[in-house]
Amino acid sequence: MALIFSLAIGIMAGAGIYLLLRPRTFQVIIGLSLLGYAVNLFIFGMGRLQTGVPPIITPGSAAQYADPVPQALVLTAIVIGFATLSLFLVVLLAARGLSGTDHVDGKETDEN
Amino acid sequence: MAFLLTHLPILPILLPMLAGTLLLFSSDSRHGPRLALSILALLAQFAIALLLLAGSDGRLTLPWTESIGVYALGGWVAPFGIVLVVDRLSAIMVLLTATLGLAALVYSVARWEKAGVHYLPLFQFLLMGLNGSFLTGDLFNLFVFFEIMLAASYGLLLHASGGPRVRAGLHYIVVNLVASLVFLIGIALVYGLTGTLNLAELPLRIAALPATDRALFNSAAALLGVVFLTKAAAWPLNFWLPAAYGHAVPPVGAIFAILTKVGVYVLLRLGVLFQESGSPAPAPFGGDWLFYCGLATMFSGTLGVLSSQSLDRLAAFLVVVSSGTLLTAFGFTGTLLTGPAIYYLVSSVLGGGAFFMLIEMAERNRRVGADLLAISQEAFGVELHDEDTPDEQVGVAIPAATAFLGLSFVACVLLLTGLPPLSGFVGKLALLGAALASLPAAPLIHTGLFIAALLISGLAGLIALSRLGIRVFWDMARPTPHLQWLEAGPVAFLLTLCLGLALLPEELLALAEAASRSLYDPADYIGAVLSPVRGGQP
Repeated sequence: MALIFSLAIGIMAGAGIYLLLRPRTFQVIIGLSLLGYAVNLFIFGMGRLQTGVPPIITPGSAAQYADPVPQALVLTAIVIGFATLSLFLVVLLAARGLSGTDHVDGKETDEN
Repeated sequence: MAFLLTHLPILPILLPMLAGTLLLFSSDSRHGPRLALSILALLAQFAIALLLLAGSDGRLTLPWTESIGVYALGGWVAPFGIVLVVDRLSAIMVLLTATLGLAALVYSVARWEKAGVHYLPLFQFLLMGLNGSFLTGDLFNLFVFFEIMLAASYGLLLHASGGPRVRAGLHYIVVNLVASLVFLIGIALVYGLTGTLNLAELPLRIAALPATDRALFNSAAALLGVVFLTKAAAWPLNFWLPAAYGHAVPPVGAIFAILTKVGVYVLLRLGVLFQESGSPAPAPFGGDWLFYCGLATMFSGTLGVLSSQSLDRLAAFLVVVSSGTLLTAFGFTGTLLTGPAIYYLVSSVLGGGAFFMLIEMAERNRRVGADLLAISQEAFGVELHDEDTPDEQVGVAIPAATAFLGLSFVACVLLLTGLPPLSGFVGKLALLGAALASLPAAPLIHTGLFIAALLISGLAGLIALSRLGIRVFWDMARPTPHLQWLEAGPVAFLLTLCLGLALLPEELLALAEAASRSLYDPADYIGAVLSPVRGGQP
């Protein structure tokens, strides 16, 4: 499970960083959201990978519990990431409308 | 009253949140009450910040009585619940935020607040994020307040819209979103390794880390450091700043002058706490890294200052220079420089804020097309044509506008380049004195580099400001600008405060020194936060 988990994080982060460095705003926002997913999974993984254990400590099995703190952190990070991404989407559309191009610099590079 | 005093540390966060929410849901047509509410909220924040500072400095008896106030949210004690911590440094920063916010808000009443929607609530939310970042004692909570601050700053940066502003805003948002993701990775690593996010408990857990985990922890710290250096506009992570700050509307530029200082503040605080764990603070939080990073920032800022063609960009690069100065001072060997650096921080934020507001007034009536300042014309092109609309006359025009502008400009130049007699000079002199005083302990090359960088950056600022000042103020063909009391007042207020800073140098430097001493005594901080008796206050 750890291998699949880390591969998933790595592939998403790699794809996200690649897209982030592309010149189109749409690629940038997809890259940002992929990177966001990778980061959220990463936070989740920091609570140690376990399945089928409760998020509370029961008497007698103190080692067998899923840490609830990273889950709470992930929840907050997802909400904040969603809000900021939607805000970025609005700015992206505004930039497209004002500059007439979807290049991140607001002008095509071959023109200057 | 006693109830309010008990809950004093949370008020700088709750008050702007409540005011912002009310403003968000009140109709735009009730313009007067909205303005009154905003300004009242800021005045109250100012008073609260003063009380907090008086309490943490021991001049006023507050429920916490000692120099560090701990407020456990919901009554949950420290390692489990989130705490707010008030010491001298955070109280100074909150007071500075309220002061600058008050000036910027009053300034924007005259004209800029009407250039777009939701200016007033966003302004309150920005203050909430700033105050929260200064007060929180929890790493993840710091992230949340950072995001509140940044989300509000995205909105404020795009205020009044327009092509160049949206383009600069796009870059600003992408850079900050990526930085936030890196911040999250750093937080997750720190939690995974130490099992805590409480800033006070962190040093104890770091000290107990097995040697095999130490490298991983250092990389987590490096990730966090990169984030804070980005916010602090350290070279080479500061290319987003000049465009973003230069294109923001003037009152927003003014309040943004303190945004970079949040990064500097967190670097300083975390660096000291990391040091407490027994080993030297990991890479970007202290030592040579921070010093040379600050020097590079000062250098790049100075180059930018010299090459700026417009006052907006010049002001933005001056922010970079002041950030670099602070980073260099905090990275300097020993702790002698921190007190003067805090004084310099206050002075440079007030001066920078005044400068952002001043340049817009000075450039307002410039002849179109007859200058080199093409960038600013493009940026303000949206506003130029509504210059004569009657609804702008909110206040009364002040007499002798040109004289006022000229005098304020000279005062800003003196402040920002560190010439006598204003507080910029006192700050730089104290920094130079402290650098020389720490000589035997600090490497000679560091002292030499620091003094040279401080003097050269001041000289470069003076050259650039005089050059642009001559072009702006000695332009014969330019009509006298119409200034209103509401616009001139805040600038005069900030500059008077700087004069006050210069008139009481001993007292204020002593306060800054006390703040630095209590900062460098993290055992007190940790004890205050983790003690069940004091930390358990509701």
